[in-house]
Amino acid sequence: MTTSPWEELGAPADRWAAGPPERDVHSDALRHIRVCDLSGQLAGAGATRLLAAFGAQVIRVEDPTNQGGWDILRGAPPYLDERRGIELGAGFNNHNPEKLGVTLNLRTERGRELLERLIAVSDVVTENFAGGVFARMGFPYARLRELNPSIVYVSNSGFGASGPYRDFRTWGPIVQAMSGLTFASGLPGQPPAGWGYSYMDHMGAYAMAIAVLAALWHRDRTGAGQAVDVCAVEVGISLTGTDILERHLAGLPPREPGTVHANRDPAMAPHGIYPARGEDRWIALACRDDDDWRRLAAEIGEPWAVEATLAPVAARLAGQDALDDHLGAWTVGFDAEQLAARLVAAGVPASPVRSAAGRIDGPHPATPDWGLWPTVDHPQIGPARVEGLPVHLSETDWSLRRGAPCLGEHNQFVFGELLGVDDAELADLAASGVL
Amino acid sequence: MSVPSGPLFGLRVLELAGEFTAYPGKLLADLGANVVVVEPPGGAPARGRAPFVAATPDPEGALGWRHYNTSKRGIVLDLVGSAEDRGRFARLLADCDVLLEGRSAADRTVGALDLDPARFTGQYPTLVWTTVTPYGRTASDPDQPVTDLTLLAGAGPVLSCGYDDHDLPPVRGPGGQATHVAGSFAVAATLTALLHRTRSGRGQHIDVSVDAALNVSCELGTIQYLADGQIVSRQTGRHATVSPTNETQVRAADGQYVVLGFPPRAAAQYAALVEWIDAAGLRDDFPDVVLLELGVERGGVSIVSLATDPLAQPIWDASRAAMMLLASRLPAAEFFLGCQRRALVAGMVVSPEAAVRDPHLVARAFAVEVPDPHTGRTELHPGAPYRFSRTPWRISRPAPHLGEHTAAVLATGWTDGEHDGGTPGTPPGPAAGDQPATIAAVAPVPGSARPR
Repeated sequence: MTTSPWEELGAPADRWAAGPPERDVHSDALRHIRVCDLSGQLAGAGATRLLAAFGAQVIRVEDPTNQGGWDILRGAPPYLDERRGIELGAGFNNHNPEKLGVTLNLRTERGRELLERLIAVSDVVTENFAGGVFARMGFPYARLRELNPSIVYVSNSGFGASGPYRDFRTWGPIVQAMSGLTFASGLPGQPPAGWGYSYMDHMGAYAMAIAVLAALWHRDRTGAGQAVDVCAVEVGISLTGTDILERHLAGLPPREPGTVHANRDPAMAPHGIYPARGEDRWIALACRDDDDWRRLAAEIGEPWAVEATLAPVAARLAGQDALDDHLGAWTVGFDAEQLAARLVAAGVPASPVRSAAGRIDGPHPATPDWGLWPTVDHPQIGPARVEGLPVHLSETDWSLRRGAPCLGEHNQFVFGELLGVDDAELADLAASGVL
Repeated sequence: MSVPSGPLFGLRVLELAGEFTAYPGKLLADLGANVVVVEPPGGAPARGRAPFVAATPDPEGALGWRHYNTSKRGIVLDLVGSAEDRGRFARLLADCDVLLEGRSAADRTVGALDLDPARFTGQYPTLVWTTVTPYGRTASDPDQPVTDLTLLAGAGPVLSCGYDDHDLPPVRGPGGQATHVAGSFAVAATLTALLHRTRSGRGQHIDVSVDAALNVSCELGTIQYLADGQIVSRQTGRHATVSPTNETQVRAADGQYVVLGFPPRAAAQYAALVEWIDAAGLRDDFPDVVLLELGVERGGVSIVSLATDPLAQPIWDASRAAMMLLASRLPAAEFFLGCQRRALVAGMVVSPEAAVRDPHLVARAFAVEVPDPHTGRTELHPGAPYRFSRTPWRISRPAPHLGEHTAAVLATGWTDGEHDGGTPGTPPGPAAGDQPATIAAVAPVPGSARPR
C-alpha cells in the first residue's frame, strides 16, 4: 500500500469501519470518503449517487420540519404501486440508493451545531441550494474550513454563487432554456421542442461529481481542500461549444427561434428520423459518407435512390428536403426494429427510436450483459429496479443493493455512533424538533 | 516556470484520438491534467468533419477538433505501420497515469495494444485504462455503424423529445450529447479509480458504454417505466409524461420564447403573483385571480396535497394560467426577470450564442477567448463548468495542430507538459513556454515528425 500525504495526516482508510452493522458495502473504490450531503432532487442527489455506488459513505441531511417534503421527490410520482407517501417516491429511491439519511433542523442552534460536528468528520460537503443560500444559513466556505481545513465543498446551483442572477431559482428545464440547449433542439418553423426531461439535472449532477472527485484527487496529493462553485447554466452552455465557436468565428448574429433543424447534420445526408410502420414508430438513420449512401440506396433499390445525381454528399445536402420525403415514404412501410437491423447489417447507421420497454426489457438490449438495471431493497417500497452505472471497473466496481434511506433512518448511527451523542440527548433532540 | 493550475495538475493522460475520447480528454485537460492526444498519420477523423472555420474542409479548421481538444498536446504516431512508433507509445504509456481510448475488443488495428485487460494490467499495474465505446468494450463491434443520432434514438433520449403533434418526428437534442453523457461518466469513473489507486497502488480497466450512459440519463423516460411500466409521451417544450400536462412554453410579446418553471408552492409566491397581475393591469383579464388569493390564504399548495385536496389543483392551475398570461403580454427578458425577482421560477429560451453573452454570464466572466498563434484567430469557448477556489479550471492552450508536439514529447517525454501550468487567476491563453519556435521545427507533413 502506498501512503498519500492525506493519509499521513491521519485520515481514515475506511469510513464504514464503525458500521452501521447491518450495512454491507460492496465497492471498495471510495470507502475512505464521507460526504455530508445537503443536496437533493436529481441535480444534487444524482452526483452523490455515483459516489455512493462506489462505496463512499454519503449521509443525506434533510430538514424534518415539513415531514419529508424538503426534497420534493421523496413523495412524488412515479410510484411502484397504489401506496402513496413520503417514503414511496420511485424517483427518490432511484436517485438515493446506498446513502444514509438523517434529519436536522438547521434553524435551531443545536441542529447547526450537530451539522458542524458532522462536517468536521467528513471529507466532502455538497449542496444544491440556490447560490449563496448555504452561506446565509451560517455555512460559508470560510466557516467550513474552520471546522475542517481539508474539506472539499461543492455547491451546485442554477446560476452559481455570484452574478446578478445568483438568487434566481431554477430546475432542469429552466437551466436548459437559459443555456441554449432548448433553443437548439427543434424543427424548422416550429417552436423549440427542447428536452422532454431534465437533461441538465443529469449533466449538472455529473459535473458536480467530477468536481468532487477532482478536488479529492488534489486533496489526496496536497492535503488541501477547496470550494467549488458549479453553475448548472454554465455546465449547460459548455455542452454547446461547437455552436458557439462556429457563430463566433463566422461573426454571425444570434439565430432566431424556428431556424434550427436538430435532426440534421452539417455534413451528412440523409440524417434524420423517419416514420416506420405503426403508430408513432420511427427510425433514425444517417449516412456518414457516400459509401453509406451507396449501401442505403442499394437496400432501397428504387429508381430515385440509385440515381447518380444523389451520389455525392453535396447534392444530397442541397436536396435534403426532397430526399427526406422520398426516404420517409420508403421507411414507413417497414417495422422500425427490423429495418434498422437490416440497415446496420448492410453497414448503414440506423436505430429504431426505442421506448423504455424496448430498450430495458426488449429481447435484444443494445448493451448486453451489463447489469444496467439492478434491484435495490427499500425498507418500505420493497425490491425495486433502479438505474445502474454505465461503467464497469475491473477491480472496484460499483454496487447498488440498498434503496434510498427513509427520513431520518440513520439518525441513531450518525449522531449516536459517529458523533457520540448519547441516547438521552438523542431522545431530547428528537422531542424538541431538532431531528 | 509558472505555478501549477487545475486540480488534476500532475496527472498524465495518453488519449488515442477518437469520437468518444475527445470530450473526456478535454474535461481532464481543462482540469489541469497533462493530456497528450495521439493521432494517426494524416490526422484524426475529427479533423475531416464539418463544420469548418471556412467553407472548405481544412484539418486545422474543423470546429469539433478545435473545441474538443483544448489544453491538450498532440502527437502523431503510426501505431499500425511502425514498430518504432509502437515502442515510443509503450514508453509513454509506461510512465503515465491514464490511457483513454475507444477501440473495441474486435478492433485489432492498434498494434501496440493487445486489448486484453488481464495481460495489460499485468504489464502496466498502476495504469488506469479507460475505454469508451458505443456498447461497451466486449459488445462493441467496429463494423457496427453508429452516429450520435442513432445512439440517442436507440437509448431513450429521442423518444422523450419533440412536439405535442406526434405527426412530427421526435427530436434529437443536437451538439454531440451522446459523447458528452458517456464522457462525463468516463471521467467520473477514471477519477474514482485514481482515488482508489492512491490507497491501493493498483490501476484497473474501466469499460464505458455510451448506450448504457444514455439509458440511465433520461430521467422520467426511464424512471417511470422502472417504477410502474408506463411509457411517457413527448410534449412540446416540456417533460414527456404519461398523462398530458399543461403547456409551459409561451411565445412572449417580442417573439422569443419563455418557459415556466415549477408552479408556485409558497404563499408568498401566490401573493407576488397577485401583486404582479395588478401591477400589469391584468386583473380584469384574469378572473381566476381569486384562486391565487385563496392560495395565499391557505398558506400555499404542497405537491402532496394535489392528490388529496380537491381545491389544491385549481389553485395550482390558476397560478400557471396567470404566468402564461403575463408571459404572452411582456417581452421575454422582462417576463423572466419579473418572475425571478418575485421568486417565481421561469426562464428564457435563448440560443447558445446568446446564452454565452447573457449579462449574468458576462458578469461571471464565463466565456474564454483563446488565441491560436498559428492562425491568428481568437476562438471563443465556454468557460469553467466548475470553479475551483484553489486550483482554477482553465484552457491552457488551443487545440494542437497536426503533430504540433510530436518532436517535443518524443524528445522529453511527459515532463515538458508539466511546466505549462500557467498562473491561477490570469486570463487563459496559450501557455507560457509553448513557443511556436519549438513547434515550427516539426515538419507539418502528416506522419513525418520524428525525434531528433
